[in-house]
Parts: sequence; C-alpha cells; structure tokens
Amino acid sequence: MAAPLVLVVLAAVTVRAALYRSSLAVFIAERVEVASPLNAWKRVVEGLALLDLGVSPYSGAIFHETPLIIYLFHFLIEYAELVFMFKKQKLLIELDKYAPDVAELIQTPMEMHYIPLKVALFYLLNPYTVMSCVAKSTCAINNSVIAFFILATIKGSAFLSAVFLALATYQSLYPLTLFAPALLYLLQRQFIPIKLKSKSFWLYTMQYTSLYLCSLVVIICLSFFLLNSWDFIPSVYGFILSVPDLTPNIGLFWYFFAEMFEHFSLFFVCVFQINVFFYTIPLAIKLKEHPMFFMFVQLAIISIFKSYPTVGDIALYMAFLPVWSHLYRFLRNIFILSCVLIFCSFLFPVLWHLWIYAGSANSNFYYAITLTFNIGQILLISDYFYAFLRREYYLTHGLHLTRQDGTEAMLVLK
Amino acid sequence: MGLLSDPQCRRALGRLLLRLNTPLCVLSYLSGLAWFLLLPLLAPRTYLSENAMGSTMVGEGSDLGPRALALARDFGEHRRREGGIPVSWLSHTMFQLGLEVHSQPFARTLPFPDEAHERYLVRGTNVFGVLRAPRAASTEALLLLVPCCEGGKNEQAVGLLLALAGYCRGQIYWAKDLIFLVTEHDLLGTQAWLEGYHGVNLTAMQSGPFPGRAGAIQAALALELSSDVLTSVDVAVEGLDGQLPNLDLLNLFQSFCHKNGLLCTLQGKLPPPEGPSGPGYAQSLRTLGLMVLGQAGGAPGGPHGLFLRFRIEALTLRGINSFRQHKFDLGATLEGMFRKLNNLLERLHQSYFLYLLPSLARFVSIGSYAPARGGLLYLVPPILISGGAGAALYLWDPLYPISDPKSPCTPILTPFLSPQARGGLLYLVPPILISGGAGAALYLLPVRGQAVATQHFPVGEAEAVVLALIGIYVAGMALPHSTHRALSGGGQRGWMTLKLLALLALALLLTCLALLNFSLGFLLGVTLVPPAAAVRPGGNRLPLALLLVLTTPGLSLFMAVLLERELLEAPAGLGEAWQRFLGALGQGLLQEHLHGAHLSPLLCLGAYPCWLLLWNVLFWK
Repeated sequence: MAAPLVLVVLAAVTVRAALYRSSLAVFIAERVEVASPLNAWKRVVEGLALLDLGVSPYSGAIFHETPLIIYLFHFLIEYAELVFMFKKQKLLIELDKYAPDVAELIQTPMEMHYIPLKVALFYLLNPYTVMSCVAKSTCAINNSVIAFFILATIKGSAFLSAVFLALATYQSLYPLTLFAPALLYLLQRQFIPIKLKSKSFWLYTMQYTSLYLCSLVVIICLSFFLLNSWDFIPSVYGFILSVPDLTPNIGLFWYFFAEMFEHFSLFFVCVFQINVFFYTIPLAIKLKEHPMFFMFVQLAIISIFKSYPTVGDIALYMAFLPVWSHLYRFLRNIFILSCVLIFCSFLFPVLWHLWIYAGSANSNFYYAITLTFNIGQILLISDYFYAFLRREYYLTHGLHLTRQDGTEAMLVLK
Repeated sequence: MGLLSDPQCRRALGRLLLRLNTPLCVLSYLSGLAWFLLLPLLAPRTYLSENAMGSTMVGEGSDLGPRALALARDFGEHRRREGGIPVSWLSHTMFQLGLEVHSQPFARTLPFPDEAHERYLVRGTNVFGVLRAPRAASTEALLLLVPCCEGGKNEQAVGLLLALAGYCRGQIYWAKDLIFLVTEHDLLGTQAWLEGYHGVNLTAMQSGPFPGRAGAIQAALALELSSDVLTSVDVAVEGLDGQLPNLDLLNLFQSFCHKNGLLCTLQGKLPPPEGPSGPGYAQSLRTLGLMVLGQAGGAPGGPHGLFLRFRIEALTLRGINSFRQHKFDLGATLEGMFRKLNNLLERLHQSYFLYLLPSLARFVSIGSYAPARGGLLYLVPPILISGGAGAALYLWDPLYPISDPKSPCTPILTPFLSPQARGGLLYLVPPILISGGAGAALYLLPVRGQAVATQHFPVGEAEAVVLALIGIYVAGMALPHSTHRALSGGGQRGWMTLKLLALLALALLLTCLALLNFSLGFLLGVTLVPPAAAVRPGGNRLPLALLLVLTTPGLSLFMAVLLERELLEAPAGLGEAWQRFLGALGQGLLQEHLHGAHLSPLLCLGAYPCWLLLWNVLFWK
C-alpha cells in the first residue's frame, strides 16, 4: 500500500516540478479556466505588495483573498512553491484514512484496500489539479481545508470538524452548505436518531452549531485585529455574492450578467446564488441516512454553481469518484458524459483562442462550451445520484426483480 | 431524458445503431463529400456589410504611373549599387516626400539552412515612413507593405509605394496615419517589423529597439508587382494557420476592381462565367479546391498572412503581366481603398471571418460549409459503435443482457462480459505510450538532431532534417511488431478498447481543427475517417493495411502536392512532385520556427499518433 502511494506522490511531484520550470507555467497561470479573480496568484502578489507598503490590501479592486491567507503568505513567500506542493500531499494522506469507512458491504476487502490509492491517484494526477497547482492558484488551499474538514468529520471529532468547516466557510463562504452533511454524519456516528422530537438530537445539533459559530467568530475577529478594519468583509464576501467581476470563466454567471440590464441584476444574483444553498434541503431529506454521499453531491453542486469556479474545484469532487466505484455498474451515461467533459476541456482553449486572439468567434462560442461543460457535470452528478438510489433499492429488494406476471422488471426514472 | 435513462429505449437505440452502422457510416461520409462538391452552387454573391465603407463615395484623382516608373528606376539603380536594400536612399526619398522615416535592423539565424530561399544567417533592414494624419490624433493607422525581395522583382511596387506616399502627403483628409513599409527578406522582415511594432518577441528574432510608432493598425495591404506593365491582379487571402481577413476587405477590393475595370484573379484563376454552366462549375470548384489546399497548408499566401495574427485585416495584391492587351493603373485603386478604409469608424468586424471562396464574387459562409464538416463528424458516433462497439456499449450499459443469442450485440459484447476478460487495462499502456513517443520524436528529433546527423552521414543540414523526418515517420510504422513481442495482448477486448480510444482522439482532433482551420480538418477527415471506421485486426489484412498507408498524413501531404499541381492545370510528374514534397516538409518545419505556425506540431503530435494507434489496432494479436 505504502509503496504505490509513494510512487504516485513522486510521479505527481515530478509532473508539477517539470511544469513549473517549463514555459507552459505562465500560459497555464493566465488561463481563465484555472485562475479566477478570487484565487489567482497574481492577485495575491498584488495584495502582498500593498501590505508591504503599509496600505490596506483591499483598497484596490484587485485582491479578494481573506486576511489570514495574506498573512500566511507573508510568512511563507519564500517557500511558495513548496507550500503548493505540500497541500496536495496532505490531502492525499487524509483521504487515505477515510475512504474505507464508506465502502459498502458488497465490496470485497481487496477492492476497499485500493480505494485510498485510487483517490490519491485521481486527485494527484488529475490534469485539472496539476494545472491549478502549476498556476499557483490558492484553490489548492481551499481544497485542503475542505479535505481536513472531511477527515475530521469522519474521524468523529466534532470540535476539529467544526473548526475546519469554519475555516473553509471563512475562505470561500460556500462550504457553509457542508454543515448539514457533517452534522448528519456526526449524529449517525453517535447513534443519535434524527427525530425532531428527540431531545438528544437537538442537544447535539446545538452543540455542533455553537462550536461552528464560535470558531467562525474567532477567525473573523482575528482577521479584524490583523488588519484593524472591516474592509475585507465587502471585499471578500461581497465580491463572492454580488459577482461584480465578469471575467469569463467556466461558470454560469459571467455571460448572463454581462448581457443583463443593470436594474435586474440584484434579482438574478439572488436567483443564481440560491442554487448553491437551495439543494441542501431536499438532499438532506432524501440522503439523511447517507451523509457521505450527501457531502459528495453538495461539493459537486458548490463547484458547479459557485460564482467563480475553476477547474481546481472540479478536481476536488472528482477525487471522490473512486469512493463510489461500487456504483459503477449502475451508472447509465458515464461513457458519454466523460467524453463530453474531455471534449469540453479541450474546446475551452480553442474557442478562447478564436474569440480573443483570432477575433473570428465571439463570447457566445465560449459560453456555449461553458454551458455544455456544466450540463455534463450536472448530468454526471444526477447519474451518480440515480445510481445510488437504484443501488439502495436493489439492496433491499434483491438484484433480480420480477413483475407480477413473472417477467423481468426494470427500474425506470420518470 | 427518456433516451438517456430509460433502459428499454437505450437498448433499442443501441441495437438500431449496430444494425444500421455500416450504411450510416457510408451515407454520412458520402453526404459530407457531396455537400462539399455542391458548395460552388450554394454560394451567394458577396456584399459589403460595413456602412462606413459601403455608402460613402470617394473620387480618386491620382495618376501615379510616370512618377512611379521614375522612382522605381532610381530605386533599382541604387539597389544594384548597394547590393541590398538602399536604406539611406530610401530614407532620404521618404523624408523628402514629407514622411517621418525610421528604419529597423533585424537579424535571425534559421534553425537550419533554408534551401528554397538559400539563406541561413539573415540580416536585413526594414524602412518605413509614417504619414501623420492631419485630422486626428495618431490613434489608428493603415499600412501599405512592399516586400523587397532578392533579384529586383518588386522594384515597381516600391516605386508605386513612394509615388502614392508623395501623393497622399498632399491630401488633407487623412484621419488615420498611413504607414509605408518596405521590408527585406519578405516574411522574415515582416515578422520582425510586426513584433517590433507591437513590442513582443514571439520567435527568436533579434532586432534593436523599435524607433517610432503610429496608431493601432486597422488594415494592411501588401503589394507585389512583377513588372511595370500590369494586366491583371491576383489577390491572396490565406494567412498563417489558415486565418482569413474579414470578408469586407476583400469586398472592398472587389468593388474597386469593378469600378476601375481591373481584371482580378483568385488563386490565379479568372472569375468563372456567370450562370449555371458546366465549365463555370468546374472553374469554381477548382478555385475552391485550391483555396482549401492553401488554407490547410497553413502557410501564409503572401506577406499579409502574418498580419492576421495581430488582428490586422490584410490582403496581398499581386500584379501580373500576362501579355494581354489591357493595361491597368493600380495607383488609383490603392488610393481609393485607403480612402474608404480611412472612413472606418471601428475595426472591420461586420462581415464574415470564416468563409471559403469559389470565386472572387461569391463566398461560402461557415453556415453553408458546416454541414460538409458535420457530415464527416457525424461519422463519429457510428464508428464509435462499430469499432469500439463492445467497449462503448459495455461502458454505456454494463447490465446489458446477453442472454438473447439472436441479439446482434451478443458477439461484440461477449469478450467484455466473459469472466476472464475482467482485469486492468494495462495492455493498452504500451501502444499509447509508444504512439505518443513516436509523435514527440517526430516533432523534436529532426531539428534538434541535425548536428549529429550531419556528423555521421554525408548530407547537408537541410537534407538531414527532412530525411530524419521521413526516417522517423517510416520507423514509427514498424513499431506494432516490436511492441507485441513484449506483452500479450488483451485479445478481442484489447483491440476494441484501443480502437475506441483512437477514434475518440481522432474525433477530438477533428473537432478542434474544424473550428481552428476548417480546410485542414476537412482534408484530414476525408482521408482518415474511412480507414478509422474500417480498421480491425484478423482476416485479410492487406487491403486494410494498404488503405491505412495510403491515408497516412505524410502520404496525404504528397497527394495534396500532386492535387495542387493538377488544380493549377500544371500537372507535375512524380519526380517533380517528390521534390516539391521534400521542399514542403522543410518549409513546414521552418514555418513553425520562424513564424510559430501550428501545422507541424499538430500533425506530429496529433494526427500522426492517432494514425499510429489505428495502425496498432490493425496489427493487434
């Protein structure tokens, strides 16, 4: 187990180091698919320069990272490259431990044994991760905070889980929605029934909520004391929520808001943002017995509907795909959907070239591919969701269903 | 969604596709080809879309003929005396005409000697004069370019340029700067000037600090005149990597030709007679074919081709003396075009950027030619089902019932569902790695390894590069035999999966190319799709192997050379075609290093490995 893991890590580090030194690094760092206004390294450097000059980094319209990050980098600037590499490895090691927990009865121990390795492989050698790492996108840090949070949750440590969730929320706001799956999982681990009338349920919920809120308040106050101003609140969270930067990216926001009349934009910002948060409720009801799957779906929803998505976010939920390898035989369209995602990934730079450099295409071309890419992702997630439900059904009713007249029956989603 | 989630429906679809696979393949391929052949009939007339150039009237008053002739003679004398471009005379003359004159020296060492132009260490100087617009700040500019080639071919053009500059200096209505540029070493000089002007360094060009600038260049015309007598003008549109200028620029030129009674040709072909007729159709199709070949080649059709990458709309006009009766004066046409361009309020963007031209007066827009491409690409789903049938169906629907022995899917699916077939896909790694490696070797070795080659073999450097290219290419074809010795193949499942991967890669390549350079995508599609659909191991391999070898990208290039000579109505023998083919290989590599053309990396790293994968499938054991 350890040997292949070391091998994978070595391969991953080599690929990254080679790309860092190559001329491709600059090209990748400037790709809009990889670096968003929130996490572009260029902007972090700008913020650092302002900080060094004694100016508030948020006084310009460039920097949108949280204060803790900028102080972190203030210390780490010399080791920047190393930091980005280590993030990956940490993630790998922790996913390592948690994966077998979710593996189901049907899987043989042999298969379960390899899941952590597969997760590591999927994350470390995913071209999306490699690119966002080479671009030095701070997305890697967000991803590792979320991974720490998942690890802490699986280990059953409510305190650590709440702290890391608060950190993740503080970083990019959207992980707020992961609160529900984490709570469900911790409740399950404590064997507390999820009933609205039960006293212990409410007690534990209050406990976890207060832990989460306290750590969030502490972190935000810490940021305040570091900078001595509240500037960062509008500059980070206002920036995430109101979407003022319409640089094209792989998300759904930019084109829509670039085309829209100004006075409708508030309404539609609300409509678009609600997508991230809204699905939590139906999912929590449907998947209350399976919080880990809920977590996975929620991560995917965040990365699809967030305001400034990058390929690094997609890589995070894709790393979880091997965990659900037991659903593979129930998937309907995995072949078509992976083709769609691969083709779109190649068409992004092609259409960008046609639009920006050759001038023979326009933004509609690029947005068309963005739409296709997101539809591919949504279908992928719904395919997994449907496969999960189908598998649950088969587990209770047996694999060979018969109709009342004795012929073979089939499950159909209508 | 029913189609995607309802198993009954999907199985029915899968069965239908399997049963109708061959007819569907043939039908869509043939319909794609037929659509392409119909294009000359579907082409509407061109029209000017840009308001600023369409409705305004300009009257041309210049009569530059005698003055141009005198200046050209002077220039020729000084040039012969100095043995190169007479920088001081040119600067002096331009200065006297009232221009702001600058010169830009540049130097470039080619990666290997260029045999076609006989150059290796290139040094030259570009001279240009700027006529500052009296009516506006220097924010926008128009450019007239004359490449000054060896052998005194273009002296008349320099004369015309100087005469036009002198005339324009006297006019008061210019709202955009006019740049009059004389470059040395044709494309190299143009590249150096463009890089200097825009302050970038894309290739390893060495040039000093750029002396003076005008505004953002809106449009450019390049001029090549072979003699002082002009009977017709040939216009070249294809730029680097098949980029095309906005159709409005061509329309503008065409409308002036019409007005001044100038005889214009496209690809060296006279305009076909109007109305539906057999010879007219043949002429249009020939012109269209030449344009497709030229665009697919990715080499610029003239010095204007390098401007397009900097988002400057540009054309090359070539004056031709074919000893006809009528003689024309190009000066008035140039003046008129510049005056109309001077009226532009914004960058040319109204008309088409993606088009094909069956004649100068007609065009095929992307909307009309897309179905031809579509017809070829529609092949992809059927071939996915046919070749990687098992793999695709297996991946699509793992619970596929194979209990029914009459189902057409059973023979294809059996190898996938049999218990011993389970296991890794490790056996796919060597063919993929080797194909990719062969592509990378083909791309990197010829130029990097030329020093070694010249040490060990009695060949020149340029020959060494081309021969190494051909050598590696052919050696790649021997690889499947050596790879199979090292491992035991995955049986039927193995080749099906490999073919599936090869087809996916090919489809991806063709999709991207269809957007970037339609002609190249179309030609590659026409040649590669039939063998890709048909290839399978076992049985009689000879016809399939022959088909594959005939459609390999290298041989397609050779065929393209033959076809081009055929379309130009100057058929070449095999020997001459071979020489031209070798020349094209060398030029293709040089284009990449000198101007950053994408053709050779695309073929080496994209099409060739794809083809090698198919070749591997054929020899799968």
